[in-house]
Amino acid sequence: MNNSVRSTARLAGAGLRALLVLTLVCGVIYPLVVTGIAQVAFHDKANGSEVKVGGKSVGSERLGQSYTLDEKDKAGNPLPDPKFFQGRPSAAGPNTENTQYKLLVSGASNLAADSKVLLDSVQQRRADVAAFNGVSPSAVPTDALTASGSGLDPDISPEYARLQADRVAKANHLPEDEVHKLVDDHTDGRILGFMGEERVNVLQLNVALRKLAKG
Amino acid sequence: MSPVLSGVLQLTALVAALVLVYRPLGDYMARVYSSEKHLRVEKLIYRSIGANPNAEMRWPAYLRGILAFSAASLLFLYLLQRIQGILPHSLSLGFTAISPDQAFNTAASFVANTNWQSYSGEQAMGHAVQTLGLAVQNFVSAAVGMAVAVALVRGFARARTGELGNFWSDLVRGTIRILIPISVIGAVVLVACGAIQNFAGIHDIGQLAGGTQQVNGGAVASQEAIKELGTNGGGYFNANSAHPFENPNAFTNLFEIFLILVIPFSLTRTFGKLVGNVKQGYAILAAMGVIWLGFTALMMWTEFHHGGAALQAAGGALEGKEQRFGIGGTSIFATSTTLTSTGAVDGFHSSFTGFGGGIALLGMMLGEIAPGGVGSGLYGMLVMAIIAVFIAGLMVGRTPEYLGKKIGTREIKLAACYILITPTLVLGFTAVSMVMATPPHSILNVAGNSVDGSGAHGFSEVLYAFTSGANNNGSAMAGLNANTQWYNTTIGLAMLLGRFLPMVFVLALAGSLAEQKPVPETAGTLRTEKPLFAGLLVGAILIITGLTYFPALALGPMAEGLS
Repeated sequence: MNNSVRSTARLAGAGLRALLVLTLVCGVIYPLVVTGIAQVAFHDKANGSEVKVGGKSVGSERLGQSYTLDEKDKAGNPLPDPKFFQGRPSAAGPNTENTQYKLLVSGASNLAADSKVLLDSVQQRRADVAAFNGVSPSAVPTDALTASGSGLDPDISPEYARLQADRVAKANHLPEDEVHKLVDDHTDGRILGFMGEERVNVLQLNVALRKLAKG
Repeated sequence: MSPVLSGVLQLTALVAALVLVYRPLGDYMARVYSSEKHLRVEKLIYRSIGANPNAEMRWPAYLRGILAFSAASLLFLYLLQRIQGILPHSLSLGFTAISPDQAFNTAASFVANTNWQSYSGEQAMGHAVQTLGLAVQNFVSAAVGMAVAVALVRGFARARTGELGNFWSDLVRGTIRILIPISVIGAVVLVACGAIQNFAGIHDIGQLAGGTQQVNGGAVASQEAIKELGTNGGGYFNANSAHPFENPNAFTNLFEIFLILVIPFSLTRTFGKLVGNVKQGYAILAAMGVIWLGFTALMMWTEFHHGGAALQAAGGALEGKEQRFGIGGTSIFATSTTLTSTGAVDGFHSSFTGFGGGIALLGMMLGEIAPGGVGSGLYGMLVMAIIAVFIAGLMVGRTPEYLGKKIGTREIKLAACYILITPTLVLGFTAVSMVMATPPHSILNVAGNSVDGSGAHGFSEVLYAFTSGANNNGSAMAGLNANTQWYNTTIGLAMLLGRFLPMVFVLALAGSLAEQKPVPETAGTLRTEKPLFAGLLVGAILIITGLTYFPALALGPMAEGLS
């Protein structure tokens, strides 16, 4: 009996020592080495790809953000600012607090394909986006009607960007063809021609737009 | 280019990359586990453990090593979360201690290579828990899985001995020689593409239209690389690999899928090398590859088809998916993560089509063997191979053999116990949760919220949770609020039992095989390196799983998909 207690204790000690030494290797040395390489070789990216305008940070290229007015609609949500291109809807499901790109928590709505709640919000978004941009409801593309997985999607489809161009041009008193050209210039193709989807980074587009408007 | 063609090309590129590294990586891993030499750093580690890496272990000793190490891990990770509140701000980011039930659930989850998360990373875990606790388990739980697989392979390869190798040596070599080098490369690639890697705290940055936005810091890329490579899957952030800081673009998306699949597929080469016949490895690889490709094709088809009233109204299945990955890339990720024990997600499975959610569920229900988790995929598949030769033996009335070893009563009993564990856990816990009063309140998509008043999706959420836990996957139909005492406790138990009970049977099986003397091959021996056997194996897997889970699947995803 005494022997088996002693051998169990010895084994437990070996297990604990193994964990501690591997924690040192995998939990201290490994992340510090990677951080060292990352901070030296890819400093801006490793720190969140911040975009600066006139030396002032205006956000991260990787993260979507909201472009809203101070006024609110009946539900208490801030109204979208017509002077800017708008991103995708951010999930506002009951399971995530990340409404409108504001808070720290990332996440999706997790609503089901046959959910009435999701169906209603898709129909509502279609009507809202069409009215806001003065286009026909059938012209609104899917990415404008659905919330992303992260709730922080930095991109929209080129179709959604083009759909917004006339409204943005009008609000900024710019010629329509110049804004359309801006959208074309900021449309990124698929990586290596086949990976992922075509997309427009909303922050980069809006930064360029503001430069043009101030031009 | 159409999105469908883009999806097919991405799949093709992925297969090509996997084929390219299959032989070199598989051969390298075979050398790692059979080499006589110890690296200097490894000798240092053995000395601090106080273990002799050359001492051969029989299966009970090997198992005791695993249990001792995993128990220490469980306790350490639990305590680390419980003391978070008293750590300095730079380590805790100001987050308080995790509650006992959630700390148990999370510790069980990461030690069992599951990475089920009932917390939101950015809201609960500081640098210390993430980097010293969770990321470390991402390495070592994966190395434990590989060690068990190698022990089983040694059982086939060795004869007239009960010895299966040395657990400490297998654990340390898997970590130092395989997981860490690939992770360093993977992490640097991810940072180069825009994943973050720093130790900043939570801070505000400006917005273009005014106001500020909260942004996180963290050792994200280093954790992301091992999270995929070790088929762990626990996201640094709540949105997991959908978060742009974890998975910045379509290339990293494909690269992360590659990291998920590369070790499980290449281990079949390692297996072939170690048993002295690489063709045996190809047969196992073929069975894995056929299932993985078939599932991925089906997933793409149903997601592009976007069934379901809300998705039809939106004109595409883009709810819960990122624009930069698109439907093709997200579909490949979804089947790869659920057919391995990863559980990372780059799009949210709850908002997939009814059938898409069902394919993800079925992938886990197969036992995650195509290609499965690192190590666990290979040993799970070899257990199924034993069942398949047994079925073939029954058909022709011969004592079944596999790789020169007789599959007798003892071996079949152990294999049968192995395949019964997870269905018992999944179906038992799901049934109890559905009939109890409170647990169903956690469901997000309740019957009253669906277009036709059906509660099928809500049932799927619960079934998915226990399937994911017991199979050590970790993905979720995340609408379910799993941070309750009931789910934290039961899913925690399902994860631990679903991880370590099968290991007991696998190691017992390995010990029993290693003791046998090899039977000579005759004209009547079933040729297990031929396509016929690979086909039989796929058939056996689909029939056994299909029959076990069909009633549950019919109540959930099939009912939703057909409505």
